Amino acid sequence: MIRALALLLLLAALPARAEEVVAGLSQNRIAITTSFSGSEILVFGAVKRDTPAPEGPLQVIITLQGPLVAATVWRKDRVAGIWVNADSVEVDKAPSFYAVATTAPLREVLSETEDLRHAVSIPRAIRAVGTGVEDAGVFTEALIRIRTGEGAYLLDEGGVEIAEETLFRARFVMPANLTEGGYRTRILLTRGGKVIDSHETMVDVRKVGLERWLFALSREQPLIYGLLSLVLAVVAGWAASAAFRYLRG
Amino acid sequence: MQIYLPIAEISVNAVLLFGLGGIVGLLSGMFGVGGGFLITPLLFFIGVPPTVAVATGANQVVASSVSGVLAHIRRRTVDFRMGWVLLAGGLVGSALGIWVFNILSELGQIDLTVQLSYVLFLGLVGLLMFQESMRAILRARQPARTITRRHQHLLVHRLPLKIKFRASGLYISVIPPVLVGMLVGVLAAVMGVGGGFIMVPAMIYLLGMPTKVVVGTSLFQIIFVTAFSTLMHAVTNQSVDMMLALLLILGGVVGAQFGTQVGARLKAEQLRILLALLVLGVCGLLALGLLLKPDDLYSVVTEGRA
Repeated sequence: MIRALALLLLLAALPARAEEVVAGLSQNRIAITTSFSGSEILVFGAVKRDTPAPEGPLQVIITLQGPLVAATVWRKDRVAGIWVNADSVEVDKAPSFYAVATTAPLREVLSETEDLRHAVSIPRAIRAVGTGVEDAGVFTEALIRIRTGEGAYLLDEGGVEIAEETLFRARFVMPANLTEGGYRTRILLTRGGKVIDSHETMVDVRKVGLERWLFALSREQPLIYGLLSLVLAVVAGWAASAAFRYLRG
Repeated sequence: MQIYLPIAEISVNAVLLFGLGGIVGLLSGMFGVGGGFLITPLLFFIGVPPTVAVATGANQVVASSVSGVLAHIRRRTVDFRMGWVLLAGGLVGSALGIWVFNILSELGQIDLTVQLSYVLFLGLVGLLMFQESMRAILRARQPARTITRRHQHLLVHRLPLKIKFRASGLYISVIPPVLVGMLVGVLAAVMGVGGGFIMVPAMIYLLGMPTKVVVGTSLFQIIFVTAFSTLMHAVTNQSVDMMLALLLILGGVVGAQFGTQVGARLKAEQLRILLALLVLGVCGLLALGLLLKPDDLYSVVTEGRA
């Protein structure tokens, strides 16, 4: 069934393959070092054509999606005069980072059905499981609002520059609070709201050096990590006491 | 200078953390408290996740207590026997506290519990201390009027299992110190504090210990209780951030030494009043946070990888 559907989709897309996307990234790995304070990625590319360009403007959408992480959205309510977490909705898959850049307003570039199929816009990129809470939609909206405020979710309409219907590029600013993992980069070419070609690559975001070592140790050898933290604290405390005694006398 | 914290997974300004550690160290040097009750809320404020803030706060208290207790051992103002008794209670309390902490984290109520305990205990201790030091100041102005009783008979003298605590000059039951130790152990694990701000008044007013051995003895047992909670948090929640702890410790160590010098120039009652006001101030801020309608009713808690 799924295979048949995929074949149909492929056939439908076939005539449009006259235009193909060729793309590159300024870097395909980001190293989180101790002094990491955010990063920038330049996505660029060109449209390859065998035949002259058809009518209507060519549009480009570029998305950059961090690893999917489960999250719980809590809502506070007043209980006995104080504000406490009362209701919650579990979002089973929400990207830790998600940025969409387009050549024009998203609704002009991509139709509703195509958005549903390719999960491009921010609300479509999030999946929430049904819970007992009635207004679950409000919770995912809150998630988007909070993450947008933190700079983790980003919709940049007009962020992709396109020249001569052929060359395009977009710049993504990634915040310092990045989660490790594979960041999926998608480039979609659209005409008249329909996706005509797409291209996907991965950006590998990884802690390196001391960061890598500490994180791995805390997960794989928690007891040793804990003991090491204590040794550090005791040595620092003792050294401080000794150093100041030396300074005074 | 930005530093990426490997466990908290956020990037923070190293100078800011060093400064925070320094201010808390300054206060702890002045007042002889661990400073955990200040550092944990401050870490929440700069965006460190509560679980990491609590666990790392405990680790930082280990360092400042070691530094402090060494000075007290040299001055012979540590009652080791009392310390061990308090510690026995403390370890039980700490294990209990970690268990409570994990349950509350799952229920999504850990922030609330931590804040409520802060408001309750800071308020209580702040008021007691404020009242007591005001009285001391007034008494100092009218020296002739009051006669203090040298030896008071408190509840602790009537319970069984009496032991001699020579350094404190006490002959009391072990039950109250064990209970005090347990209470502080629970708080240490849930709130990420050493509990000095509760331990010190409890030792003076509940156990009747002489003030000169109180701080050293409290610090002595706090080292072990916070070390135990650090270890438990590291093993069960993997939430101790060594990088964060290191920055706070470095700042704290420097601040503490300056604090000791400032403290030496002030009178004991003035110091206690200042500490009381500080404690009440932190308490008031946290209480406002609970009572006022939050700017955003919603909050996001991320869990393990999907």
